[in-house]
Amino acid sequence: MRFNQIYALSLRHIYLISGSLPRIIDLIYWPTVQIFLWGFISKFFTLNSDYYSNTVGVILTAAILYDFLFRASISYNMMFLEEIWSRNFTNLFIAPIKISEIITSLTLTAILRTLIGLVPAAILAIPLFGVSIFKLGIPLFFLLLSLYIFGVTLGLLVTSGLLRYGPSFENIAWASLFFLAPLGCIYYPVEILPDSLQFVARALPLVHIFEEMRNILLNNSVNLFEITKSISISIVYFIIGVVIFYVSYFGAKEKGTLINMGE
Amino acid sequence: MFVQVKNLTKKFKNSIAVNKINFSIEKNKTVGLLGPNGCGKTTSIGMMLGLITPSEGEIIIDNKNLDKTDRVSFLSKMNFASPYVELPKRLTVKQNLQVYGRLYGVKNLEKKINEISKELDIKNFLEKKTGELSSGQKNRVTLAKSLINDPEILFLDEPTASLDPDIGDYVRGYIESYKSKNKITILLASHNMAEVERLCDSIIMMKNGKIIDEGTCEEIIKKHGRKNLEETFLKLARSNNEI
Repeated sequence: MRFNQIYALSLRHIYLISGSLPRIIDLIYWPTVQIFLWGFISKFFTLNSDYYSNTVGVILTAAILYDFLFRASISYNMMFLEEIWSRNFTNLFIAPIKISEIITSLTLTAILRTLIGLVPAAILAIPLFGVSIFKLGIPLFFLLLSLYIFGVTLGLLVTSGLLRYGPSFENIAWASLFFLAPLGCIYYPVEILPDSLQFVARALPLVHIFEEMRNILLNNSVNLFEITKSISISIVYFIIGVVIFYVSYFGAKEKGTLINMGE
Repeated sequence: MFVQVKNLTKKFKNSIAVNKINFSIEKNKTVGLLGPNGCGKTTSIGMMLGLITPSEGEIIIDNKNLDKTDRVSFLSKMNFASPYVELPKRLTVKQNLQVYGRLYGVKNLEKKINEISKELDIKNFLEKKTGELSSGQKNRVTLAKSLINDPEILFLDEPTASLDPDIGDYVRGYIESYKSKNKITILLASHNMAEVERLCDSIIMMKNGKIIDEGTCEEIIKKHGRKNLEETFLKLARSNNEI
């Protein structure tokens, strides 16, 4: 074993990590998010062990809906990353296509990729676990719509980062959704969060979506106000996402990162 | 003048990549943009393609200022080919040409793909995935993409880099014949001096972000008392003083 060679190879990765803030954040971020998410889940089940006893499918329905959000966002990011990986980025941005058309195209294509992932999972859950997300009825469409808009918004924010900072922002693309998981109250009610975090969580559409999902499945009632609120909040974030995308695009043009992206 | 560049400048945080350059290109002429690595060629092309915002100066194409014109309208008249920019590897050659044909709003797209694939001899691998092609095949496909919209201005960045002499010669021959049959203005960035002498009506020499000389190949060779463009390039690239 030669120390110099071992050190040289380690140094190659140390240089890579120390020179890239997104990579450092990525290393810190995963354990932190896992601790937060599972900490809140554990706390909830310790305090309320009989909460879900009458509705076996609530957790699985939440998991499927969360996966829908995850797929929507990742689909959006993936389409953008594919252009970077294939070194096609410059070709795309010199084609006579408006930025609004790029956003619209990615948004519409993401639904296709998302549904390809969701539909089999939702159908499989019926015979395997006796759980059907379709029990949510017509509100399911609106909950999915809100999740989709928010998922695409997260995709927009990540692609804005990719535009501005290049491929090193890629790790954030994968991590973006897990960041919101603890605050999204996917598997537990918002009250389980500390008061200060509840305030932040309620500003996200996820809390309203998953609270309403639980309300429908556990109480057999539909709160239209909560659904409308979740869609409205998602739309506000989407508009902010579009603005940030444009700002990043012009920033990238200024910085010169649109040319030779991917290298 | 079809293309006019006035006082074009690009400043980055700690450097000036392009420093107040001025040049013009007549319609249907081919101009070579030469200079050592890092001299500002790619940044200049990037600004002309709307990928980089100039810090100062103007780019006027067909009497329209790029800064004040809708990007879609000017980009539809241009195209770009470079071996450093590729097409999606998992799509077939035909799918790539269909996507870009649609992006550029090409009418009778199937007919156009047929024509261009015959001309560039890519018909045999139209259904093959682009990532499975050899460098020479990829190069011709990239060229096909860059001509799909019959551009009025074509930017070529080292179009024959990494090609063997045979395929390099084929590509140069194709560009020559395409020029003779079509009305097209070409800005060619290249490090291959023989290629520049063969294809370009005139050249612009850049160094440290500035234009240090311009004229026809013969004029510049004669002016610097060298035998060919290669030697002239070396003299200009290695000289400390601006000419």
